[in-house]
Amino acid sequence: MNKFFRWAVIPLLLIAAGVVIVIYTVNNPTDGLVARALTYQNIMTALQQHMGLMFVSMFGAIVVGVLVGIMLSRPKLYYIGRGVENIVNVGQTIPSLAILALFFTILGLGFRVAVFALFLYSILPILRNTFAGIIGVEPSIIESAKGMGMNPYRILTRIELPLAFPIIVAGVRTAVVINVGAATLATFIGGGGFGDLIVTGLSVGRSMVIFTGASLAAITAIFLDYVVGEIEGRIVRWT
Amino acid sequence: MIKLEGVTKKFPGMEKPAVDDLNLEIKKGDVCVLVGPSGCGKTTTMKMINRIYEPTEGSIYIDGKDALKMNPIKLRLDIGYVIQEIGLFPHMTIEDNVSTVPKEKKWPKDKAMKQVNEMLTLVGLDPEIYGKRYPSALSGGQRQRVGVARAMVSDPPIMLMDEPFGAVDPITRAKLQNEFLRIQERIGKTIVFVTHDIDEAIKMGDTIAVMREGRLIQHDTPSDLLSSPADEFVSNLVGRNRSIKRLHLIRIHEILGEFDRPTPATEDMALHEVKKRIDESDIRSVMIVDRDNKLKGIIGINDLKRKTGAVAADIMQELDQSVTSDATLNDALSVMLEVGEGYVAVVNEDDQYQGTITLGDLLNVVKEEG
Repeated sequence: MNKFFRWAVIPLLLIAAGVVIVIYTVNNPTDGLVARALTYQNIMTALQQHMGLMFVSMFGAIVVGVLVGIMLSRPKLYYIGRGVENIVNVGQTIPSLAILALFFTILGLGFRVAVFALFLYSILPILRNTFAGIIGVEPSIIESAKGMGMNPYRILTRIELPLAFPIIVAGVRTAVVINVGAATLATFIGGGGFGDLIVTGLSVGRSMVIFTGASLAAITAIFLDYVVGEIEGRIVRWT
Repeated sequence: MIKLEGVTKKFPGMEKPAVDDLNLEIKKGDVCVLVGPSGCGKTTTMKMINRIYEPTEGSIYIDGKDALKMNPIKLRLDIGYVIQEIGLFPHMTIEDNVSTVPKEKKWPKDKAMKQVNEMLTLVGLDPEIYGKRYPSALSGGQRQRVGVARAMVSDPPIMLMDEPFGAVDPITRAKLQNEFLRIQERIGKTIVFVTHDIDEAIKMGDTIAVMREGRLIQHDTPSDLLSSPADEFVSNLVGRNRSIKRLHLIRIHEILGEFDRPTPATEDMALHEVKKRIDESDIRSVMIVDRDNKLKGIIGINDLKRKTGAVAADIMQELDQSVTSDATLNDALSVMLEVGEGYVAVVNEDDQYQGTITLGDLLNVVKEEG
């Protein structure tokens, strides 16, 4: 119980901070414009959309990224994997806003387009880290596993994946942070989320609205990063 | 037991074959050491036996069965495998590491655990202490032991070992070698052992296969290899000081009986008794043991003159080093050189006194054998 409590302190504090900010700003609007922008209804919708954008795109990105990363690390596809790794590295340098804009020109507006763009963007670090993590397992470890009669599937599940796990989780963590940031930009292509609040605040020139949207997006990012980091630390005990 | 016939291995992109038309037969229960300079194909040869590498040509028989037609996974489950880098799984505890093969063979859990504990004890690691640790918490020598335990745990009839003691300091290495030979004496596995160190080959091998540039130059017992090397390459490999190399071949217990040394004194023996024994001794000192015959210390003639006391325990000095009776004469020589004395005390596994050998004894042995 004590351990769980210590683990939960920071997430709970973050949630509390978010709730306090929301309650304070909704109840103390500086003027009518702010009051109209900041209702519980609006904030809940933004939260829902933001979470929707992130969770759907992250879930897809983890599943696809890890699976493709594993496939590319197989000896037969290894050289393709090296090529993909380079493409991924280039892809990562494209700014997130540009990615969203690019998909807007191809697929148009809407929540789904935003999810798809975020999904593709978050795959990159996960795929790269999965590939690099598996490739990076010491050859002597693989060889002794093989020499003891493990088949390739067992080597993957019992040796390669557990050893690559910390690196894969680090990739997921990077993806989460990128994703949360990029999700605030989804508003530009009609994806909704906390970005809506920020953009509204900017257009009506009310810093209180901007502050609420921005701080909620920031709190979400820190919260998720902390949770993923804790999961990582909990499962990896051998270093 | 293991038979290689015309085995050739060519790696893609290489002009010369790594192993070239190799014929080798290893008898059941023998330790066959493959030795040669790096790049001579010894490791490649070994790795073809469990089909980490597939031979380009030739056939390999294990117990009369064609290994190349067997399922490689099944084949490997019955061949213990230790590589130079050990390759322990860093994310698993020592217990889990050692129980790898039992798990692959789907043994029931209690049988596997029993065997794992037995194995760890056999290689000198207390399962209570080390079982739940991770490899990163172990020293180099301990990791080597775990590697050997892991390879032997399912009692495979064959073991392949590629420089298994390569990554530890010389003293730990000699210790591990002796322990391993002691275990091998009991379990009698057929072992293919790869090393580049001719001293290790002479010490460990029942037979030695000298390789060079992918070819087998000579396959003989260590003694024959020393006395009649097939060509210049082999004689250069074994070196000029062959009589000293013979010291690797002889274990202390084989010669211990030949020497007539005074029985050791006990701790509670009166000093005039002790003096009598020292006078009889050719090393001008006498070993002191306790009631259980455990080695406690030594009294030299100078100690008698300088110190005063009533019984042996009062003036005895502690001994820095001793050797076990299954160590080789070369190990004994190293200890003598290390402590700078012309003798060394021999004990058994339980530290009980077995005798003393001197530099002179070693010289006699070399003279007789040479």
